[in-house]
Amino acid sequence: MPLMLQDPPLIRRALIAGALLVLGILLVVPLAAVFTEALRLGLGTALTALTEPDALHAILLTVLMAAICVPLNLVFGLAASWAVAKHDFWGKSLLVTLIDLPFSVSPVIAGLMLVMVFGLHSFLGGLLEGWGLQVIFALPGMVLATLFITFPFVARELIPAMQATGREEEQAAYLLGANGWQILWRVTLPNVRWALLYGVLLCNARAMGEFGAVSVVSGHIRGETNTIPLQVEILYNEYNFVAAFALAAVLTLLALLTLSAKSVIEWQVRRQRAHPEAERLTNRVPLHQLPR
Amino acid sequence: MRYCILLLILGGLLAGCSRSPDSGETRTLLNVSYDPTRELYADYNAWFRQYWANETGETLTIRQSHGGSGKQARAVIEGLKADVVTLALAYDIDAIADRTDLLPQDWQTRLPHASSPYTSTIVFLVRQGNPRGIHDWGDLVQPGVQVITPNPKTSGGARWNYLAAWAWAMEAHHGDEAQVRAYMRALFQHVPVLDTGARGATTTFVQRGIGDVLLTWENEAFLALNELGSDRFEIVVPPLSIRAEPPVAVVDANAQAAGNLKVARAYLEGLYSPEGQRLAARHYYRPVEPEYADPADLARFPDLRMVSIENFGGWRAAQARHFDDGGLFDQIYLNAQPEADR
Repeated sequence: MPLMLQDPPLIRRALIAGALLVLGILLVVPLAAVFTEALRLGLGTALTALTEPDALHAILLTVLMAAICVPLNLVFGLAASWAVAKHDFWGKSLLVTLIDLPFSVSPVIAGLMLVMVFGLHSFLGGLLEGWGLQVIFALPGMVLATLFITFPFVARELIPAMQATGREEEQAAYLLGANGWQILWRVTLPNVRWALLYGVLLCNARAMGEFGAVSVVSGHIRGETNTIPLQVEILYNEYNFVAAFALAAVLTLLALLTLSAKSVIEWQVRRQRAHPEAERLTNRVPLHQLPR
Repeated sequence: MRYCILLLILGGLLAGCSRSPDSGETRTLLNVSYDPTRELYADYNAWFRQYWANETGETLTIRQSHGGSGKQARAVIEGLKADVVTLALAYDIDAIADRTDLLPQDWQTRLPHASSPYTSTIVFLVRQGNPRGIHDWGDLVQPGVQVITPNPKTSGGARWNYLAAWAWAMEAHHGDEAQVRAYMRALFQHVPVLDTGARGATTTFVQRGIGDVLLTWENEAFLALNELGSDRFEIVVPPLSIRAEPPVAVVDANAQAAGNLKVARAYLEGLYSPEGQRLAARHYYRPVEPEYADPADLARFPDLRMVSIENFGGWRAAQARHFDDGGLFDQIYLNAQPEADR
């Protein structure tokens, strides 16, 4: 009987080989190419290219953008998913659609929308300009673009996780006298912490790697408004391939770091699923410790 | 809390990074330029910083932004705080003057030679040995030839390319405009990809290996030879081309707001100085005062017959007739279905 449910070994092997081949061509070879090209003239040259002021500034700016956008989207995403998963209200499906909007809008369009809203000739842009605050072609505009693009990542991860845990535990905590913050910190968050971390990592990866939307609002001023992806494009266009690929390698390393963190989390989640009882016992605050 | 501290440290590092570490007064000038000038301004900025420090004792940081000329003009209109613009053609600066109050309408009269400190022309870059035998504009529409040129809507160089081709066709067909349009349509049928800027088109041609001939600035063609090896490409100079005049202007309102008016003016005037002219020629731009340039640099420029933008009634007329929405380029390009995949 089990034999009938399986494909013949030849077909299985051919399918696996095919998948590995595609994976190799699409993922492994380009990745290897990035690092080979970066190190073509030796590690020293690559490092020199990375410590050049404009490159250093691009790296710091990218990290700063992620450091601003990820915490903000963590809060937004948590609030949005909490509202959607734990409450019923009029217009909920509209809110869910809105959360997904950045996924379906092309990043370039997202950037152009910001130019329309905050450009020098828009009402809002003119007003802010009067107060000496420049949004487009400066850090605020780039942060807004990245925020928009990365908005759904945390919420999209959290909503299913929160829906899966249901509302009973929160209701029980409420009946036992916990206030809102206590419910959030001691009941809701511990239940979804892996999903939350996973969403944060995805959000971080995208915030660092975003090109299209940021490109539209950046103005491409070297040493001022270029993130790593933008600087890579510039260096490549200047025939400075070692520097371009060295910087690309930094971004790739950041991505690989994020991916391995993601794998660790997935492994943790699987372990948690395998031993739900143990997990509950170790992670829950005993009910008698809740303040009355 | 810990994150707040981290953020502060990061912000501090960033600020430290963007300001040069010295005690004297630091001033930042932003030059918004078009695509192929990157190498020229990298050199010129180094010289001008030194010159300005000697003159005034001020330390100057010069920031550069490069991209397709039309796109860059658009960014300045939308609020990019350029102190000076150094673009590919006069119309793009006209557009800034038309749509904003950043600089006066008569900006082009403020500097010599219609505000163009250097000129260039449009030439062909072909693969080594010129396997397709391309020598003149007519050869570009031979069957099977793929032509690389950027999008005239966003790129200044592409507009010069287009006008040079148009000028040749007008002569070849004795002013019969129906035939000129047919030639232009055929030409764009041979273009497999329209990049947004000259540098993107160059990368498409030299790095990605697409196309048989690249229509580009003379300076960009020389640079590609220089950077990527003269054993892979060669320059073909057509008998007739166009005199391309990339103008420069101070964006008065921005420079004034930043307190940079004086240095911005000096920066552009420096382009006409002996050293500015020498550097322009070194980077394959034809200097307007050739006597200042190194004769060896000048010897690299071939002689050819050139029409000028005046043959098209100036940039405003050319822009309105050819490149505005619904203009001749739109009509030509929409009718130019790409040639069947070969």
